Amino acid sequence: MTSSSASPSASVTAVALAALLATVVGLQILRERTAPLQSGEAELLYVRSPEAMKRMALSYGPLLADIYWIRAIQHYGDTKRSTEGAKSYSLLYPLLDLTTSLDPLFNVAYQFGAIFLAEPAPGGPGRPDLAIVLLQKGLKAQPDNWRLIQALGFIHYWWHQDYRTAAFWFDQAAKRPGAPIWMAPLAAVTLAQGGNRAASRQMWKHVAETESDQWFRNEAARRLQQLDALDQMDALDRLLMTYQGRTGRPAGGWSDLVRAGMLRDTPRDPNGLPYQMNQGKAALDHASRLLPLPDPARLK
Amino acid sequence: MRTLGYVAVNVFRESVRDKVLYNLVVFAVLLMAASYLIGQLTAGQDIKIIKDLGLAAIATFGLMIAVFIGIGLVWKEVERRSIYALLTKPISRAQFIVGKYFGLVLTLAVNVVVMVVAWYAVLGYMGATVSQAARAAWVAPATDPTMLKAVLLIFVELMLVTAVALFFSTFSSPFLSAGLTVGLWVIGHFNADLRNFEAVVESPAAAWLARGLYYLLPNFSAFDVKYQVVHALPVPAAYLASTIAYGAAYIGLLLVAAVAIFSRRDFK
Repeated sequence: MTSSSASPSASVTAVALAALLATVVGLQILRERTAPLQSGEAELLYVRSPEAMKRMALSYGPLLADIYWIRAIQHYGDTKRSTEGAKSYSLLYPLLDLTTSLDPLFNVAYQFGAIFLAEPAPGGPGRPDLAIVLLQKGLKAQPDNWRLIQALGFIHYWWHQDYRTAAFWFDQAAKRPGAPIWMAPLAAVTLAQGGNRAASRQMWKHVAETESDQWFRNEAARRLQQLDALDQMDALDRLLMTYQGRTGRPAGGWSDLVRAGMLRDTPRDPNGLPYQMNQGKAALDHASRLLPLPDPARLK
Repeated sequence: MRTLGYVAVNVFRESVRDKVLYNLVVFAVLLMAASYLIGQLTAGQDIKIIKDLGLAAIATFGLMIAVFIGIGLVWKEVERRSIYALLTKPISRAQFIVGKYFGLVLTLAVNVVVMVVAWYAVLGYMGATVSQAARAAWVAPATDPTMLKAVLLIFVELMLVTAVALFFSTFSSPFLSAGLTVGLWVIGHFNADLRNFEAVVESPAAAWLARGLYYLLPNFSAFDVKYQVVHALPVPAAYLASTIAYGAAYIGLLLVAAVAIFSRRDFK
């Protein structure tokens, strides 16, 4: 028997390979759909010590930092989008800590990481304290980085409502090289009118107009929309009270106000979703991307 | 000199025949796929990641070539018994070893040059497609020429790794040579720890031994300035020159040792 007659032809081999590949892919899909295993601890972080990781990275520290950064974003995004009841962002800070230890000049990791950490549940772990720790770590590596100092001010302003400390950090940022000219007035306004919606609006407007990164601009635009929503809900609450005063009974829905000529149509939030009525007060739709809103009591 | 050139060119041709340069295709695909995927995945910083990835890939592909080709340079000739025919020709053992070394260095140089061109092309494309505002936030331009300093030191490091692999291959099996070369490369990255060993041990003898090893073993971490160039931190010309001189001296030492060992080998 010759070797050519013993071996299958190229076309038979190609067909066999294609069929086997299709089988493998098909079985993988079938296996996932029909017999999924119950997930235990979905994500693991084998090495949590930044010092150990720095040693093990050899000359690949910056690349590993990039990988951990991508993992941090994925962990944050996956958890935020998950439909599970209790969202755990338990790996977020360790991942950011590893990222910034492997690459102490990874500015975006500090800035984004602080935003992710400070965001309250369910959109984030609600840990502004860890956001401050992360930014302070960044400041140790880059004491003159005005963006990190500004971010520190934001955390104190927005999540701690500590306007005196926020003003201090904005003032510090204003003194650093390259800081925008509006930073010094922002420090003054924060000190004088902290907690004021107009002052908050001014702060986010500066960010939306001057930030180079699209993500930050979008985030600032979202914060501005939240402030608009707070204003609109206050106005709607006043209308509801007026309606009750006029008719002697609470409105059953927005249609009552429309019929009374107090509204033209069902009111909508800055994202276009209709406002809901919750216990006689205006509220955002539960699907609104503006949730969770900052506490209205602290921003008058 | 001409004999040396013949040997070197033959090593290069052999590498091409062994499809070593196929790694360039892998590198190009990796970079292009990564630049697309990373742009979708990460919030900003895609340029930084492509810079990190490019430099790490150049170093890794080069390291693999240097180790796995380097350990076979002498062994293959002995295994195929072509060494007997070679040594009957007007070629000294020193020319054989040094020629083999420069042949692999030539292969590495071609590899590194092509990878750098592809990497800069990807960076240039990415740099041209982002907005002026996003570019303003970068610490350095996408195609910052100072990154070539890191590439230069990576290349010198690869030359040193090649010399280490060749040195081991003159007296041991490929498996052992690969283990020893990679082991030395890893230890070479922990070199700074040996220098400050007295901080963690009480015994002065152990501290002195560690200090001695620090000076004796190749300091591979000295060639790593990837972090500095990506973040546009200065890499002084004096540092560059002294590190290259250190690498050249160590390569010289290893080649002389390799020639000395190979010259004493009995192939009867």
